[in-house]
Amino acid sequence: MSTIEPPETMAEPWDKGDPAAPSLSAQLTPAPIVPSGSIAGRSLTAVVAIMTFLASLTTGAVMMVVSSASDWQSDVSREITIQVRPVPGRDIEADVRAAIDITRATPGITDVRAYTKEESAQLIEPWLGSGLALGELPIPRMIVVKLASGTPPDFAALRNALAAKVPSASLDDHRGWIDRMRTMAETAVVVGIAILALVLAVTMLSVTFATRGAMAANRPIVEVLHYVGATDGFVASQFQRHFLILGFKGGAIGGGAAMVLFGILGAANTWLAGTAGGDEAAALFGGFSIGIGGYVAILIQVMLMAVVTALTSRRTVSQTLASIE
Amino acid sequence: MIRFENVGLRYGLGPEVLRDLSFRVDSHSFQFLTGPSGAGKTSLLRMLFLSLKPTRGLISMFDHDTAALTKDDRATLRRRIGIVFQDFRLLDHLTTYQNVALPLRVLGKDEASYRAEVVELLQWVGLGERIGALPPVLSGGEKQRAAIARAVIARPQLLLADEPTGNVDPNLGQRLLRLFIELNKSGTSVVIATHDIALMDEYDARRLVLHEGRLHVYD
Repeated sequence: MSTIEPPETMAEPWDKGDPAAPSLSAQLTPAPIVPSGSIAGRSLTAVVAIMTFLASLTTGAVMMVVSSASDWQSDVSREITIQVRPVPGRDIEADVRAAIDITRATPGITDVRAYTKEESAQLIEPWLGSGLALGELPIPRMIVVKLASGTPPDFAALRNALAAKVPSASLDDHRGWIDRMRTMAETAVVVGIAILALVLAVTMLSVTFATRGAMAANRPIVEVLHYVGATDGFVASQFQRHFLILGFKGGAIGGGAAMVLFGILGAANTWLAGTAGGDEAAALFGGFSIGIGGYVAILIQVMLMAVVTALTSRRTVSQTLASIE
Repeated sequence: MIRFENVGLRYGLGPEVLRDLSFRVDSHSFQFLTGPSGAGKTSLLRMLFLSLKPTRGLISMFDHDTAALTKDDRATLRRRIGIVFQDFRLLDHLTTYQNVALPLRVLGKDEASYRAEVVELLQWVGLGERIGALPPVLSGGEKQRAAIARAVIARPQLLLADEPTGNVDPNLGQRLLRLFIELNKSGTSVVIATHDIALMDEYDARRLVLHEGRLHVYD
């Protein structure tokens, strides 16, 4: 076996260039170890954007329903109705006056107004037609009672007092309506939460599949990283960075689109105010505005989507890495 | 530094491809690992690189029993070993400079802190002009040198090379051998897996010969 002498410097045989000559261009600055082009970026961004848009619509719609229901509730609960039925042998006009007097004497009441015979006729006109001689029909009379805000009157005492002096009167505090509306609002919230949960689940599944695909496509990179001493945490962070940015991008697009949509609907609602269609929509939805709270909720959702995307990809990467020895 | 005691390796339920390997790799040592194709050189290198576990026996590396190491422990220990693959394993989307700097980046070092060092090493291995080039445009010899530079940039205590001259002409093979000798002189233990007899004849070093699953050591 012969022995060769190592040269004084290794640079001489190969390095013909001037060592000072090569300038360190921007190409030398650290590029992402996992190239962003290798992640199924566009399609996943679209999925996250669509999911965030749906989640934001759901949140906005639920917030509008809850706010409208609360408006209706407060309107309805500021008013009670006393119904005086015609009873043979009793003077209904005297009964109405007695009921009004008793009600006015009760604390917590701001206004008491009995519907006139004509107004009562108008109320039943859609069912019985116009031109009725009310005197011939036993039509009950309505008394609308406005309540003071803050201190509700003692309904039980009022009911007892009416029963004692006007047995044909009955008090309706609209509790049934309020309960129904509350149930409807609660149902809307539950349905909204269920939709949000489904949207989140679909997003997580999509991200999981996309991450697995990215891991498979970048397997050689993962191997090289392991060979140069990278821990699983380091490798995971290389993938997580992409998915966090992707989640933010998708979330911002979807959430932004939802905000623009709510903005346009709110503006349209203002423009259409006074028209028949606009008033119908305003009566139903109480205006399309979701308020500052709604926009904050959408922003929180955008961040939630980004974080969920990043965490899901990290979990998937960690699981995949654990299976690679 | 590295100690194998009665190490055996089998894949699945197949026969043992490596049997009763007992040897040491000392600090500052230089050895060739040789044997016919299919003798298990790459498997032994993978065990030395902690990417393959033996089915029996003890492997002690840097005073650690490798069987007791966690995955992250192995990753940390691997930072003390540099490896040059026969197929280079450079990342095609990173420049030569970025590929060579990868082990330092993995260590969490700031780019400014290692820039001069990486450029100096690239010049030393003759890639001073190719710093910004991507691997697909490098020649076989340039890729080989970039892979060697990546293996040594973090100053490993042990350098493993799998057929480092397999893709280059004899002249470049000799130059690469000189590079390994130079690295060895600077304190790195070197294990070169090769079946190139001519290359081994160029330098008088310890030989580990694998034959029919057993290892014969010629000091």
